[in-house]
Amino acid sequence: MATDDMEHVIRVRGLKTAFGRHVVHDGLDLDVRKGEILGVVGGSGSGKSVLLRTIIGLNRPVAGEIEVLGQNIGKLEESEFRTLATRWGVLFQFGALFSSLTVAQNVQVPIREHLKLPQTLMDEIASYKISMVGLPPEAGAKFPAELSGGMRKRAGLARALALDPEILFLDEPTSGLDPIGAAAFDRLIRQLRDALGLTVFLVTHDLDTLNAVCDRIAVLAEKHVIVVGTMEDMLQQEHPWVRDYFHGPRARAARASVEQGR
Amino acid sequence: MVWCIGSLEQQGEAFVQQPVLSDAAPIQVEQHEGVCVIRATGAWTIDTSATVAQVLNRLSPAADQTVQIDLDGLSALDTTGAWLLYRLKRDLRYAGFSVSFVNVRESYGALIEAVAQHDAPCPISPPAEHSLICQIEDLGRGTVRAFQSLMDLVGYTGLVVAAFARVIANPRRMRWASLVHHLEHVGLKAMPIVGLMSLLIGVVIAQQGEFQLRRFGGEYFVVDLLGISILREIGILLTAIMVAGRSGSAFTAQIGTMMLNEEVDAIRTLGIDPVETLVLPRVLALIIMLPALTFYSDIVALLGGGLFAWLSLDISPGAFIRRLNDAITLDTFLVGMYKAPFFAAVIAIAGCFEGMRVRGGAESVGEHTTRSVVESIFLVIVLDAMFAVFFSTIGM
Repeated sequence: MATDDMEHVIRVRGLKTAFGRHVVHDGLDLDVRKGEILGVVGGSGSGKSVLLRTIIGLNRPVAGEIEVLGQNIGKLEESEFRTLATRWGVLFQFGALFSSLTVAQNVQVPIREHLKLPQTLMDEIASYKISMVGLPPEAGAKFPAELSGGMRKRAGLARALALDPEILFLDEPTSGLDPIGAAAFDRLIRQLRDALGLTVFLVTHDLDTLNAVCDRIAVLAEKHVIVVGTMEDMLQQEHPWVRDYFHGPRARAARASVEQGR
Repeated sequence: MVWCIGSLEQQGEAFVQQPVLSDAAPIQVEQHEGVCVIRATGAWTIDTSATVAQVLNRLSPAADQTVQIDLDGLSALDTTGAWLLYRLKRDLRYAGFSVSFVNVRESYGALIEAVAQHDAPCPISPPAEHSLICQIEDLGRGTVRAFQSLMDLVGYTGLVVAAFARVIANPRRMRWASLVHHLEHVGLKAMPIVGLMSLLIGVVIAQQGEFQLRRFGGEYFVVDLLGISILREIGILLTAIMVAGRSGSAFTAQIGTMMLNEEVDAIRTLGIDPVETLVLPRVLALIIMLPALTFYSDIVALLGGGLFAWLSLDISPGAFIRRLNDAITLDTFLVGMYKAPFFAAVIAIAGCFEGMRVRGGAESVGEHTTRSVVESIFLVIVLDAMFAVFFSTIGM
């Protein structure tokens, strides 16, 4: 049974975000435990990505507290925030690679920015990170424009992992990938979590990802997190949106495929 | 006693000079009966990796022995530390040592194992091409591309003219709403900035002209200078350049973005001609508005010059107008105005043309916007030179 005394790496309390008069979140609470993979789901426009962006400090909340790795995001000095930011990695929806740099140089950007390492060591680090995310060695010298969507996401992941972060934020990691690529990416996320001991916060629409990867699921609706729990918990829920989401034909198909896989 | 590896004692002097390596040295080397023990201590993470790598570089194999890498003293390990440990073991093994890790915590072992599977050196950047041959090749390609692009522009102009002819034949095909929208954006909304620029230019010409002409005692010729230079050249040229920067670039960015969103493709699949819907209203709007803006710019620039003449030279407005009337003819004014629709067509067509050539990503929009502005200003100035020859030949 999950208890509250587990270590929380992210704690969100009473979060309110708004763009002008449009309120996105109101009174949102969420905890992410150390070492888990938490999937955030919700309808289009329910503010999943906004929540992610707010936690990593790209959006300023109107009210509420966000604690990441024990530090209150809103109360940090600029320099303290930058130090904290090196302890998480972010994969944006389309990779967000720097187009003027090669993949390997992209991976080295955060290292170059925050540390002073010998070039050979940086090249070695870039090499094993690129291999870790499942890219072939040739990809290192390629520019983002020469890569497919799936490879771009893997490269973005390698950059997110460059500084050995404790938390990994993934924004729709499997969107735009074909089913084979998406399944491979799901496996990759799990492997990396197991190997590196990461905590993963991922925003997704993909029911297969939820089934295959996530330890817990948080459902975002009506401007806050209406329920958090395992897949089994979700199936018991009576809330109409949650029912429609997890009992729809696509959800059944996704579950069946996972059970077959087992 | 034979050391398998250069020890701290052996390299004592070198180490003493580096305080980080004394107490907090990330490795210690010990010798036990033919077995060399390397103790990794402290945190081996990306933050300490520079120091660790430096110390590891100084280890130099001396003899064929068994090496144990003891991880008992490790307080923290991440993938970079794991990579360094793995690399140490790999390199010692290549050098002929029998190497093993001892006292490995389970989590550390898994991490080292995970990194070890990914020992696949990758190239960092593509091979550089800076040879002379490459540069000559680039020059050749660039020249060919420039000519091709000019030919395409001519072809595109034909396309626009053909669309215009179709619309003339069947005026109901004209997009009036779009035309009015662009008339407002390229004309009305450009008035403040064109006005301000013209006023200042008028003042500057009057001030500089007066300063130079005074030396010959001819400061009253300032009015002639203002009238002729502004009406013939400066009014139209500056307005055209301003409009190229303001509206030509906007055309490229708008159409370019629509290209990226596949909106232009959607227009085509719906059986609508994109040149008719997107390009023609923009071209016509600019052809109508650039002469109007030029007229406005002429007036404001003369106003600025006249104001300066009045305040600084005591030429009263009445005297200014009389003098201006003697200095210029209707032709002086018309020479400037005749050029305006041609410049407008060049700016608008170049802007739309570059917009339609956007491919790939947002970067391409920026690249083509720059090109459209450079191209249209360049063509405007070439055209202006041709007009100058033409008008002087026919005696205007």
